[in-house]
Amino acid sequence: MNKLIDTARGVFLWVDDRLHLSKLYESTAGHHVPQSSGSWFYVFGSATLLCFMIQLATGIMLAMVYVPSAAEAYTTLEYLTFQQDLGWFLRGVHYWGSNFMVGIMLLHMTQVFLFGAYKYPREITWITGVILMVLTLGLAFTGQVMRFDEDAYWGLGIGVAIMGRVPFLGEQLVNMMLGGPIIASETLSRFFALHVFVLPGGVLAIVSIHLRMVLTKGINEYPRPGMLVRRETYDKEYAAILKKEGVPFFPKAISKDLVAAAIVIFGILACACFFGPKGPLGPPNPVQIDTLPRPDFYFLWIFAIAALMPDWMETVALLGGPVIIGLILFALPFFNGTGEKSWRRRPVAVLTVILTYVSLGLLTYLGNTSPWSPEMDAWKADLTPKKFLEGRAPLELQGSLVIQSMQCRNCHAIDGIGGSRGPDLADVGARLTKDQLIRQVIQGGGNMPAYGKNLTPDQVDAVVAYMVSLRTPGVAPARDSSQPGRPPME
Amino acid sequence: MNEEPTKPCACQAAPKKTSRRDFLLAAGFGLNAVAGALIGIPLVGYVLSSFFKPNKLGKISLGPVDNFPEGKTRFAHYKNPMHREWDGQTADIPCWVRRIKGDDFQVFAINCTHLGCPVRWFEESKLFMCPCHGGVFYEDGGHAAGPPPRGLYTYEVKVENGELFIMGGVIPNLSNQNV
Repeated sequence: MNKLIDTARGVFLWVDDRLHLSKLYESTAGHHVPQSSGSWFYVFGSATLLCFMIQLATGIMLAMVYVPSAAEAYTTLEYLTFQQDLGWFLRGVHYWGSNFMVGIMLLHMTQVFLFGAYKYPREITWITGVILMVLTLGLAFTGQVMRFDEDAYWGLGIGVAIMGRVPFLGEQLVNMMLGGPIIASETLSRFFALHVFVLPGGVLAIVSIHLRMVLTKGINEYPRPGMLVRRETYDKEYAAILKKEGVPFFPKAISKDLVAAAIVIFGILACACFFGPKGPLGPPNPVQIDTLPRPDFYFLWIFAIAALMPDWMETVALLGGPVIIGLILFALPFFNGTGEKSWRRRPVAVLTVILTYVSLGLLTYLGNTSPWSPEMDAWKADLTPKKFLEGRAPLELQGSLVIQSMQCRNCHAIDGIGGSRGPDLADVGARLTKDQLIRQVIQGGGNMPAYGKNLTPDQVDAVVAYMVSLRTPGVAPARDSSQPGRPPME
Repeated sequence: MNEEPTKPCACQAAPKKTSRRDFLLAAGFGLNAVAGALIGIPLVGYVLSSFFKPNKLGKISLGPVDNFPEGKTRFAHYKNPMHREWDGQTADIPCWVRRIKGDDFQVFAINCTHLGCPVRWFEESKLFMCPCHGGVFYEDGGHAAGPPPRGLYTYEVKVENGELFIMGGVIPNLSNQNV
């Protein structure tokens, strides 16, 4: 037995002497980290990298079947989803892997921000992280185009409309993005090259710098309130921490990363199996305009911003917003590179995170419900509840028909049924006087088109009569304030 | 280079003189700079070719004018004049044709001027509505409501021998407003 062990040891020493494996281990997986960093809060970075590895593996396999041609991409997507053995599984894992990657990356960034890990001397770690975030979002957007369906086509159209707003160079940038003056085959090929070569290559290159920084400057120690970072003393303090409580990352500090990795993989698998891959939706046929273009989950907040911003600031915000956010993120470790690390003593940082998450969450929710979009079929499909019809005069009933046939319901719900672009009409009679209603219908305004040219005077009369009747029983119609005290005239 | 001299050699005695090693290093950098430029410039040119190429419009027939009744707005589509064989369905571009009277036409691009989504025509209310952010346009393409910064894009229209032609082949956006 001892002889066997001796032989094995001899073989290992021989190999080690050639490949310097133990030295490699000491300077990589076995590098010393503060014991405090073996925390559940420190698992998100490795989990993001894990997601990327899963994306690489499944992406390569998808590329074995997928054809990046505008004429054939959709057919191969359907083939992958419904015919290719386990194609649905790969598409599902790749789709959910991307969602997990974006989500966990955000958690990672939040943790790094709250724990002050971007401060001296880890500026480059943070900056490469910001570049990785941009690359990851780029992968997410180009990946959406790979699923070359109706949403991909019109999503590209949205990209064109944003690029086209760039002053002076708009036209050239649009052509560069599309590979020509119009969305066509070269557009898909271009996005394919970005999605499978350029961006993943960029991620690999930048990740290597990101990880190199973890080895050279060390992982952030678990911050304690009151321990301030000073450029003059920090390096010595960190060395002291490592001396006192340093442990090799593998095997002493990796356990929670491993558990988190398993949870992530189980999570992606569960989503892929229970929910399956997304789409493809309808074919990328521009002539099929009966479509509701929506971006994937992670871009819904931008979709919402584009609807809710005041018109005058739209171009400035769409083009300048990303630049300003990018500059702030890049500059962060330089204007806030020292001092307190612990979030317990950084109220502004905590508030920033809360505000960002609440904004992103609300905008995503709004983007998902998109109340600003007209419901294109409401006018022919939505019912009018009985209580808004019974007991009404013929003129009022005629008005209800006009409201229906003139597509008013696409934007105006009645008691919650219909579009929600404009106000609900269920109690409009109690809010606006007859004169105000006539003015609103004919002249529009406040985000409503003017119907003056499209309605006959008789139709206007009928519509207004009907709307005056729309109010909760027992509630008086709205009263003209210039005629106080007089009973309302109907 | 195992025979590293231990005593001062000629090159150290006359430091201004370029050694063979220095020359080779400079030549190596220089040659590679030239080679890099020779291979790099065409690559950049290839990637940027679509950046510098000016847009050309093609003359496209939308069929006989009689297909479009007077006073009505009708859906039409055409083959992108610059299409490639492998464009598939993306070569078919839709538009809205409004025949005001006789040879007086307006042809609108399908793309909303806000963010490019396809607008839909509603004959009853005589409005174009956009499904993305609720942009609305009047029958003549004018901006009616919502976030779009301007009215619908219109194509240049020609009527020749009873046939309706437009000039197209470029996706309309705010940088090429006259498409």
